[in-house]
Amino acid sequence: MNKHTAGGVGINPTEKSPTVTDQDKDIIKKTVTKFLLPFIQLFGLYVIVHGELGPGGGFQGGVILGVSVIVYALVFGLKEAQQRMSVKTKDLLVSSGVLVYGGIGVIALLFGGNYLQYNVLLPDPKFASTIGIMGIEIGVGITVAAVMITLFYETVRVDDND
Amino acid sequence: MIEILAKYNYWIVIILLCTGLYGIMAKQNLIKKIIALNVFQTSVLLFYVSMSKIEGGTAPILLNHGHGVQPLFDNPLPQVLMLTAIVVGISTTAVALSIVMLIYRQYGTIEEDQILELNKHND
Amino acid sequence: MIKHLPALLIVIPLLVAIITPLIGRINRALSWYTATITTFISFVISLSLLKTVLEQGRISYWMSGWEPPWGIEYAIDYLNIFVLIIISFMAFVGAIYSKKNIDIEIDEEKKPFFYSVYLLFVTGIMGMTVTGDIFNIYVFLEITSLSSYALIALGKKRQALLAGFNYLIMGSIGATFFLLGIGYLYLMTGTLNIADLAVRLPEFYHTKAIFTAFTFLAVGLLMKLAVFPLHFWMPNAYAFAPSTISAVMAATGTKVAAYVLIRVMFTVFSLEFYAQAPFNIQYILLVLAVAAILAGSIMALAQTDIKKMLAYSSVGQIGYILLGITLMNTNGMIGSLIHLLNHALMKGTLFLVVGAVVYRTGLTSIENFRGLGKKMPFTMAAFTIAALSMTGVPLTVGFVSKWYLSVASIEIGMWWLVPIILLSSLLTAIYFWRIIDNVWFKPALGEEGLEHGHDNHRKPKSNDAPASMLIPTFTVAMLCLVFGVFAYGPVSLAEKAAMILLK
Repeated sequence: MNKHTAGGVGINPTEKSPTVTDQDKDIIKKTVTKFLLPFIQLFGLYVIVHGELGPGGGFQGGVILGVSVIVYALVFGLKEAQQRMSVKTKDLLVSSGVLVYGGIGVIALLFGGNYLQYNVLLPDPKFASTIGIMGIEIGVGITVAAVMITLFYETVRVDDND
Repeated sequence: MIEILAKYNYWIVIILLCTGLYGIMAKQNLIKKIIALNVFQTSVLLFYVSMSKIEGGTAPILLNHGHGVQPLFDNPLPQVLMLTAIVVGISTTAVALSIVMLIYRQYGTIEEDQILELNKHND
Repeated sequence: MIKHLPALLIVIPLLVAIITPLIGRINRALSWYTATITTFISFVISLSLLKTVLEQGRISYWMSGWEPPWGIEYAIDYLNIFVLIIISFMAFVGAIYSKKNIDIEIDEEKKPFFYSVYLLFVTGIMGMTVTGDIFNIYVFLEITSLSSYALIALGKKRQALLAGFNYLIMGSIGATFFLLGIGYLYLMTGTLNIADLAVRLPEFYHTKAIFTAFTFLAVGLLMKLAVFPLHFWMPNAYAFAPSTISAVMAATGTKVAAYVLIRVMFTVFSLEFYAQAPFNIQYILLVLAVAAILAGSIMALAQTDIKKMLAYSSVGQIGYILLGITLMNTNGMIGSLIHLLNHALMKGTLFLVVGAVVYRTGLTSIENFRGLGKKMPFTMAAFTIAALSMTGVPLTVGFVSKWYLSVASIEIGMWWLVPIILLSSLLTAIYFWRIIDNVWFKPALGEEGLEHGHDNHRKPKSNDAPASMLIPTFTVAMLCLVFGVFAYGPVSLAEKAAMILLK
């Protein structure tokens, strides 16, 4: 397979016309993506943080966050995406998300509650519950986003090797 | 008759369950097997969600911070359980697809009968 | 902190499983140390829980501080702790043993992931054992299953992939049936807590919904347990998985499935239910058990690959476990529980020995075992002990459970089960004799001619397995003898568990 398809998916280099370069063809996609990505990510964060009060939460928000990186990789190519979100960082995020979740549980143990009993974390149990659940949603969100990116990277990587 | 038709959601569950099970057993293509497995698992999601439905009930969200008259809620617990089951289903699919990818790389095919044939020649 | 041990039992392996790939990035060799230490900690926690249970009785731990039946409860009684000790010990043994074994059976760069998934598997089996919430059992069941699909597919031969895939399909169907069964229970009672279900369920025993629920739960679990007509995933899965994984899965995976079956049959449901069921559940399960005992042994006779032979023999042994459960009396239950312990020890030893043989020779055919008695005397001694125990020779653990099963069969007037148990033992003796004969009494392949004339300078050198494989294997083999002679400890614990279950 041609490794130099900078545009990533959907660009066939043999059809390249002499006057229009890859760069020109991609310019609309790239601009629109650059413009939209912050909003996608903001919406993802909103869904994560809003999770404990209404519909939404770590899973849904995490998927949206992960999708933002996947869209970036689709438009700008895998290499470019991996410069922004390297394999190492993503692996670190997979683990750290779960560690945030488990860590909050263990901290609750240290404060004298049962595992994941986060209303003992602060003097006000209601507020502590809110903070605890939010922390857990954030942990779940990080992991889900990173796992989505992992799945995408791994699927695409295999295609490159063949 | 009407009584049987009124429980149409359970009929859909049964149809999906049997379709999925049939697909898993009858199809040789591994990807089709995974799709059938998904259909099979989805039927259970529908079963739980339809049992949590109460006539006239709405989404279980507290209004006005829990003060005043509340509308009738559906039972949220089965829905939450199914959230977990959906995640389990996704993970199963992800593992299954990655194994199929490896199978394709090793054998060059994802048809089960051809793979078994290749295995026979190997031994 | 003692109070929180039931939660830590699950949380420690889970969190370590997550950070193992990161540790593996620093140094691949470190991942073995983390896995071994973690499984050791789990074993120590299990022992400490055993002490607490023996002193105070049932432990109940409320996750997040929510009172059951609203919250998730971790409940440990005599039955859980019995299974917990077995599986945590075998997981620890497997972790030590894996060091040399996966050097040759798994690619170097996959090692950290292997240990990460291994710890997830341990988390899953421990979770299934300690939790007191039936939906939580489903979640842990899926964690166990998903990690075991991945572990099987890690095997070096390419057949491992298809074996892993087929197990995935069968396992998912089983788990989905289990989930459907839980759905019916919840539909009728509105609770998921096992202790609460036991209280609320009796008034619905006569309904069709509850009978359907039982059927779905039982079929799902029998699939996971690989009972005879539903065993097709197992031989290939065990044959092509890395040897450590075959050993650990044979010793823990099916045991936990059997535990869940016992829990569902006798805690969630009760003897009263079987009395008023529309048709005789006991007879159906009894037929399945007898079919499994005979078919497993007969199919094991026909195998030429030792790993497949052991897998089919597992099918037969699972039949014994199911037999004890279905007899539904105290001695049967004791026999069944003791057989859980036995089978974990015996099949564990046998698969560990096979791993050591693969490490030295790279082959798994039965032919290949010729003359190994001289090359690997200690490993083969362990194999012989386990094989004797499998046939049920007195002074080994295999005898104890078969004794209890026979006594229980006579007690309820099914004396015809005793000849079946004896016949199966005979078949077991035959298929193990083939190997033991090869090991001790036949010269190695290609050395037949040299045996007499050049004896003094062509004597096969002793080339036994490395210590990190030999010591775990031999320890487990010795336990087969120890519990055969001093059976009082496990039997008394099993008796207490049986009393609770069949009250």
